[in-house]
Amino acid sequence: MTVLYTSDHEWLRIEGDTATIGITDYAQSQLGDVVFVELPKIGRQLKKAEAAAVVESVKAASDVYAPITGEVLAVNDALAAEPALVNSDANDKAWFFKLKISDKNELGGLMDEAAYKAHTA
Amino acid sequence: MLARDAETSLSKTPLHALHLARGGKMVPFAGYDMPVQYAAGVLKEHLHTRANAGLFDVSHMGQIALTPKSGKIEDAALALEKLVPQDILAVAPGRQRYAQFTNAAGGLLDDLMVANFGDHLFLVVNAACKTEDEAHLRKHLSDVCTIDVLADRALIALQGPKAATVFAKLCAEAPTMKFMDAGPHQVDGIACFVSRSGYTGEDGFEISIPAAQAEALVTKLLDDADVMPIGLGARDSLRLEAGLCLYGHDIDTSTSPVEAALEWSVQKSRRTGGARAGGFPGADVILSQFEKGAARRRVGLRPEGRAPVREGAALFADATSTKQIGTVTSGGFGPSLNAPIAMGYLPTAQAADGATVFAEVRGQRLPLRVSPMPFVPHSYKR
Repeated sequence: MTVLYTSDHEWLRIEGDTATIGITDYAQSQLGDVVFVELPKIGRQLKKAEAAAVVESVKAASDVYAPITGEVLAVNDALAAEPALVNSDANDKAWFFKLKISDKNELGGLMDEAAYKAHTA
Repeated sequence: MLARDAETSLSKTPLHALHLARGGKMVPFAGYDMPVQYAAGVLKEHLHTRANAGLFDVSHMGQIALTPKSGKIEDAALALEKLVPQDILAVAPGRQRYAQFTNAAGGLLDDLMVANFGDHLFLVVNAACKTEDEAHLRKHLSDVCTIDVLADRALIALQGPKAATVFAKLCAEAPTMKFMDAGPHQVDGIACFVSRSGYTGEDGFEISIPAAQAEALVTKLLDDADVMPIGLGARDSLRLEAGLCLYGHDIDTSTSPVEAALEWSVQKSRRTGGARAGGFPGADVILSQFEKGAARRRVGLRPEGRAPVREGAALFADATSTKQIGTVTSGGFGPSLNAPIAMGYLPTAQAADGATVFAEVRGQRLPLRVSPMPFVPHSYKR
């Protein structure tokens, strides 16, 4: 299992052909109290960099972009009932959606944990 | 370099250092470097204000004294009535009233508070409009009034159910004040201007303090365990729950007091048939709307789902119509309601409470119900 990061503050947990995607703890700390999350429909084909989900705080709405190309396999319904999970457990329980990876070469452009830490330092 | 230049061009309130010391997350607002939130975050700050007491720095707002050259306060009141559709003559000494500067088309140049301090009127205007407001007053009132911009004063608001108990420890007269009472008072030995009013729907006070003494007084208020500093983020969610207009968003030069559902703020004496009917800019338009109604109206909106509907969202009569009928002017999440809330303009025929309209959000049509405001009941001390 590998965890990769984007410069837009998303994380990807890679397990075989599946990527689980969420936003980083740094991202949730910048957003503030999350009150609503909109997730993509299962089966949707997402292109890399396409707006895939929306996360809203009291004050503003922010897009979450697909970090790679792929088909949506699953979404985290727990976020609809409890959006604040994004604040309390961004790196694990508050995952957003799972993608079937179309092109593993796209993973090459992402950061590892050390590079991401340097990016947010 | 760019970021630094932008930073140095922003004005700072007398409480700027205190915001930084208390972890304020600073953002540019109306030309000032202001705290949007502190470490607690918007949600906790909002709920703390509704349950206890919140302290807001609103020193970016304009404070203006209008002193009649004749020495008669009536002369200042009548002069100001040339610019606002409110009855200023009836504002008794020690009282305050909500007002608007109108333009020739019946639109609003700004909204403001007007207090009668006995020998002069004390005005509080919006930060983004204060330069234009000052010029407007000088142009039209200089023959009757001396106009002094009180730039060397801070302005704070202490709001919430515990505000009165907290403030009474520093201001002996505070418990005797009622909603919209206003006047000079000693606060912890400092010569302040105090009004029992605010912008949250809660009981509370707005306190004008000489700039040099502001930080010490605010520090003392914040030392009280019931008081938390509150940023602009929660100030906005609190006023939206209270159904109060934000100038530049819910009201502006294109909205009349009747369209904005602010009829209550225009006293009968200034309406057709009143003792001093008309005589303010746009009176023909506004008074005609009082009689015949306006084509559109500001309403409260409750999204039926959980998704917030934000400012700028287009409104439609149904889920498929391509003809836009209105626009959301403020929208977000109401922490006290744990639900999204909004306000916006609709054709008057479609603005009845309980009507359903649709907002376009990210390509989807979301249903909203037209709802009475305030969304959270006011708890003013009348």
